[in-house]
Parts: sequence; structure tokens; C-alpha cells
Amino acid sequence: MTNNPAADGRRSGETLLDIRNLTIEAERDGAWQPIVRDISLTLKRGEVLGIIGESGAGKSTLGLSALGFARAGCRFSAGSVVFDGRDLLKESEEYRRQLRGNRIAYVAQSAAASFNPAHRLIDQTIECAMREGLTSRAAAIGNAKDLYAQMQLPDPDSIGARFPHQVSGGQLQRAMTAMAMTCRPDLIVFDEPTTALDVTTQVEVLASIRRIVEEHHTAALYITHDLAVVAQMAHRIMVLRHGELVEEADTQTMLSAPRQPYTRSLWAVRTMEKQAEPPAAPMLEISGIEAHYGTFKVLDDISVTLPAGRTVAVVGESGSGKSTLARVIAGLLPQTAGSVSLNGTALAPSLKQRSRDQLRRIQMIYQSADTSLNPRQTVLDLVGRPLAFHLGLRGRARDLRVAELLDMVELSDRHIVSFPSELSGGQKQRVSIARAIAADPDGFICDEIPSALDQLVQEQILKRGPTASVMSAPDHPYTLQLLSAVPQMDAGWLDAAIAGSRAANGR
Amino acid sequence: MQTSQTSPPVRIVRYRRSRMEWLRAGLRKASWTTWLGLAVILLHAALAIFAPLLAPYGEADVVSNEPFSAWSLAFPLGTDQLGRDVLSRLIYGARNSVGIAFVTTAIAFLLGGTLGILSAISPAWLDHLLSGLADTLMAIPQLIFALILLALFGSSIPSIILIIAVLNATQIFRLARSSARNVAAMEFIEVASLRGEGTAWVIVREILPNILPMLIAEFGLRFCFVFLTISALSFLGLGIQPPSADWGTMVRESATFISYGDITPLLPAAAIALLTISINFVVDWFLDIASGLRNDQ
Repeated sequence: MTNNPAADGRRSGETLLDIRNLTIEAERDGAWQPIVRDISLTLKRGEVLGIIGESGAGKSTLGLSALGFARAGCRFSAGSVVFDGRDLLKESEEYRRQLRGNRIAYVAQSAAASFNPAHRLIDQTIECAMREGLTSRAAAIGNAKDLYAQMQLPDPDSIGARFPHQVSGGQLQRAMTAMAMTCRPDLIVFDEPTTALDVTTQVEVLASIRRIVEEHHTAALYITHDLAVVAQMAHRIMVLRHGELVEEADTQTMLSAPRQPYTRSLWAVRTMEKQAEPPAAPMLEISGIEAHYGTFKVLDDISVTLPAGRTVAVVGESGSGKSTLARVIAGLLPQTAGSVSLNGTALAPSLKQRSRDQLRRIQMIYQSADTSLNPRQTVLDLVGRPLAFHLGLRGRARDLRVAELLDMVELSDRHIVSFPSELSGGQKQRVSIARAIAADPDGFICDEIPSALDQLVQEQILKRGPTASVMSAPDHPYTLQLLSAVPQMDAGWLDAAIAGSRAANGR
Repeated sequence: MQTSQTSPPVRIVRYRRSRMEWLRAGLRKASWTTWLGLAVILLHAALAIFAPLLAPYGEADVVSNEPFSAWSLAFPLGTDQLGRDVLSRLIYGARNSVGIAFVTTAIAFLLGGTLGILSAISPAWLDHLLSGLADTLMAIPQLIFALILLALFGSSIPSIILIIAVLNATQIFRLARSSARNVAAMEFIEVASLRGEGTAWVIVREILPNILPMLIAEFGLRFCFVFLTISALSFLGLGIQPPSADWGTMVRESATFISYGDITPLLPAAAIALLTISINFVVDWFLDIASGLRNDQ
């Protein structure tokens, strides 16, 4: 596949993308407000530029501008986007459309939402090459299989025949990267490609992406909020905040000697200290739990004790019953034997028999904020409802508390009237955390460690008062490394929890 | 839009589009077909409401000795087979045809929508029972079934309304049930039950807002079907009974004149067609503005 004319002229050192003084505005309350202000960047062929910033910093908007694309409700108000010598903002839509997918590719955050569920992977992978008429179908399929192999997908010869729902989330994200590579683009924009994945899968997908980008000498814009990820991927890093450039430097320089206080604050979270906690009375006691789906036994004799103010991680492979344990604690799946007790009082197996106060004391945080927030309710409705329902707050008292909670998770109070679809992925996750905190619980249950959580928010929830959390996570060396860095996590409890989960495995 | 301030750091900015503002913003985006549709619907509604004021003669008054007279100043659209004024009957017909169709559709929605959502969140046995019932009713060709029932119960206006409403409720039941099932499977419903919310809250606040745009769009289309069914029944002679004026009946009574090049029988037919098309225009527009989940557009 070298009949792409651009492939021959590809060599390092030549400027591929040159964004000058770009300002992008979004319409809000009938007025245009800048969401990306006066940003300039250059990208050479084969270079990977990391763009990092917290949610709502304008990263994705900037990333899409490299395709000459502005989302609905946004417009380019100043500056230029010069790709390979031509200003995309001045070219026709037809010209830009031909570049997209062919010479500039885009890999989105949610692969699951980006694939059409009705078509097989292979047909979607080669669609772009076929559309441009670059190659025959047989050659395109051969090429796609090569790419699948390079992305280390299992069984590259036949995996293409599967439908999107038949492969895992990590595999789908890799297939999406393979799809972006089919036309051998000069530039790929990765918009948080691993954020929706759990931590272990994330590591594997990142390795595959890094290798394929290096092998094909493709330039890339890599957008993320995760410092660990960007440090692995990028040659250079740009830090964005509120649509403005904070600083830009080589990865090494940036990591070792950040100049701006904001950058240092991002870095500082990584080295959060563990605080020693005095032993506390058990908040949640789970003893001898058995649970069944129909006649199938999922949990067998699980016992975990959770002291107030501590975090217990339940670690196990997928299918080992981690989420089931969370559902039993929450009362969504009544156990068939054993007991769950909260502060010394036994809880009824089904949530229907539990009192409102008992329900309030344990709050569940879901892995996907997309499906756990009602799309037809505003942030005020979403966060305000637990306040009204559990704490009896009404009117202005409730509104003030909602604003306070949003402030705690570092969301601006103008989001109070937003619908979930108006928020970025990270912002939605923050709203769902604010909703859980709103009920003023004794403990949280986090199903899968939300890797979509920004560092700053992770700190916020873990720092919050004497709250206990149960987190579930996949069984992998990397997980243990990550969990041991979680404050309030006591090595002893960690071991106990793993043992418990292993017991579930050995049913 | 109101901005109220207390001492920092907690500051509340509250603004939200009211229903009126939202509608005004929606109308700004409306195309000419939408405006045409709205105008036609309002015209029909005005005719139906103010029929006695607008019509030159009474609904069933025989005002001329000459049946089937041509268009004249006294009788702008001529007279029918008994010497009644066609224009007056056309105006009163709006009241009967449109009014009855509207009431029928509303009943069908209340019945089908409520049962559909209930069925979606009910235990399996109740869901199976209700679905089975709806499927059985749907399996019988609607018009023939309606004819049989009308023959059994007599074609009074209440029985027309009830029979057509129940028959159409089956379709609405299916739509409401399947869309509510999709919503009920979402995690935010689980969040609500984890909070301890009752069934009423889950239906009204969590599920209904998510399926309402679909139901309203269906309301427009279903209204057209009901309207056409009633007109068809009247045309067949089992619908609205004389001397009440009805567009379906009017088409039948003067149908033979089409072969003589008289366009009078086409007028009630045209009124039916125009209203049907207009409702579809407005439904399209509504779907367009209601599908976005944004406050700021």
C-alpha cells in the first residue's frame, strides 16, 4: 500500500501541521465565547505531540480543528490551520472531506459508540480505503489483517468477521486504531483513546498504539488528561487550561522541570502521600456471602471487612464476580446466604426492604457516567435530587448545596443548568461523583476504578472525610502497583480483599 | 435569565429557557412547511371551534329547493342532494371529523401509553399478558374489526370513539413499551431505585421525559390514521350518522359528480388530505427541535 502519494514524501523534519493563533468560539446564552484562545502549534512528520489538560480545557476542540472541523455550536473565529501547505479553514468542505480518513485520521474516545453495530469489523476497517478507490477489496482486507496483527489483536485473520459487540472494549479500541491506519494517514488525532478502558487494558492498548505509530512514522496529536499516558506516548507536551496554553516543552523537560505552577500541581498529584489512619470500627462487614444468577453460583463464601475511613480493593479477573459483589452490597442482587451489615446492623438482602437511611449511607459510583446520568435531567436535577430526597433540602438551600458540591469536584456553577450531553466525559464523571457525595454517605462502592477520572478528582473523593470505599479492579500486576498508591489503602486490607476475590474465582 | 449573588465562593447563576423561550427559539428554526402546517392546523381548529359563528347556514338545514345547485352567491359551494348548503356542512364537518378524531387519539394515548410503560417495568407475567392482548387485537385487520364491532354495538359517536381508540391503543402500547424498556435498562433507573424512589417517580421523572418526544411524534401520525379511519367508516356508512355533517360522508354522497367534472366532492377530500400533510410537517419540525438535549440552542 504505497500508492498513497504522501507516503513517498514522508520524512522527518518537515512541518506537517501548523496551527497559528487559532481561536475557536462556542455559543452560550446567545453570545459567542472563546473556548480555545490564541493557540499555536507545529507538528513535524513522525512527531507525537501530547495535549494534556483537565476536562473542559478545550483539548478535544483543538484536536478536531486539526481536521478543519468545528463541532455544532462552535466556530473558528481567528487563526489558521495549515496542513501540508494549505490552510484548511480557507479550503472547501469538499477538500477537507477528502483529507479526512485518508490523510488525517481521528480515533475517538469511545470505540463502542464509533463503530456501527450492524456491520462486521473488517467492512468498517476497509471502508475508507474502498471509498477513496485506493485499492482492491482483497488487498484492503490483506492490509487490514496485517494491521490487526500489528495491533496485537488475537486471531488477526478471522477477528474481522466479528461484529463490534463480539469483541472486548480494548480490542475494539485497537480495531479502531487499525481502521485509522488503513489509508496510511500522515496525521492521526487520538482523542483520549484509552480513557474509557480499565487500567490494565489501557496499558496494552497504549503499547500497541505507540508501536504502530513509530513503525509507520505517523505524526500524531495525542489528547489526554492522564500524565502517565502522555509521558509514555509523546515527544513533546502542551499543557492547556481554560482554552489557553499554559506551557509547552519536550517530554523530558516537562517532566523534570515544569515551569508553571499549574503544571506542577498536575504533577504533584502523582506523588500524593499516604496518611496513616488509626484503626477504626468496621463500617461494613460482609460475611459468608453466596449469590446466584439463576442456578449459577457467582459468589461462594465471600467475607470482607471494611473499617470506616479505609478503602478496600476487590481485585479479580473479569468474570470473577467483582461487580456481583458490589451489586450484593448495594442490594440489587439479594444474596442466597451470608449477611451484609452496616455499622453493626444487618442489612436486608433486597434494597426494597432497606430503609431510606440505609440506602443513603452506601452510594454507588458507576464506571460509565454516560449511562448512569439521565440525559433528560439537568445537573441541578441530577445532583439536587439526592439532597431533596435524603436530606430534605429545598429551594435555595438545595441550589447552594449543589453549587458547593460542583465546586468540590471542580466544576463551574454555570454547569448547573447543563444537560449531560453538553458536558465532556470527565465532567460527566464529576457530576456522578458529586451526586454520590450529595447523599452524604458513609461509604462508596466504585465498580471498576474509573480511569476516566482525572487525577484531581480522584484525590478529591479519596480525601473526603471518614468515608470508606469498595473498589473493584482487574487482577493484574499494574493494578496492585496503582492501588498501593491510593491513600488510605492499607496493605493488609488489600491482601484480604484479593484473597476474598480469589476465593470467588475458585468456586 | 436571573443572576443572584451571595458571598463568594458560592455563587449561583440560574438561567434556564422557559417553555415559551424554547418554543420561540424552535419557531425561529422552522421552515416554511412548518409554518404552512401550523397555519392549516390552526385554521381547522378555528373552524371546528367557531363553526356556528362561521357557517352561513345550520348544519342540517334544508335551505334550497334545488338539490345539487351550482356555486352561487347565496350558496358559495352549491347545495347537496337534499338542498343543504355545502359550505356550512364543510365547516360543521371540521367540528365532527377533527374533534372526534382528536378525542379518540387522546384516549388511545392515555390507554396505550400508560399500559405500555407499566408493562415495560412490570413482572414478566403481566408484561406477557398485556403484550399478548395487544398482539391479538393487532392480528385482526383494523377496519374490518371496527366494522364488526360497530355493527354489534351500533354506530353512535361514543362507541365509534371507544372502538377506534382501543384499536389504535395497541400500536401506541407497542411503541411505549419497547421504548420504555430500552430506557428502563439504563443504569440511571438503577440509580433511582438505589435511592429508594417509588414507581411513580421512576415512570414520570426518569422514563417519561426520555420517550415523550417519540410519543408526541406518534401522536401526530396516529391522529392522521384515526382521522382517516373515521372518514373511511363514514364513507362506508358506519361512521358518523346523518344528519351530522362529516367529510367522509360528504365525499360519499357527492362522489358520483366527479365524473361530471364538478370539483365539489373533492373539497372535503382535500380538507382531509391537507390536514394530514400539515400534521406531518409539524411533527417533523417538533422531532427536530425536541431531539437535541441542549439548553443553549
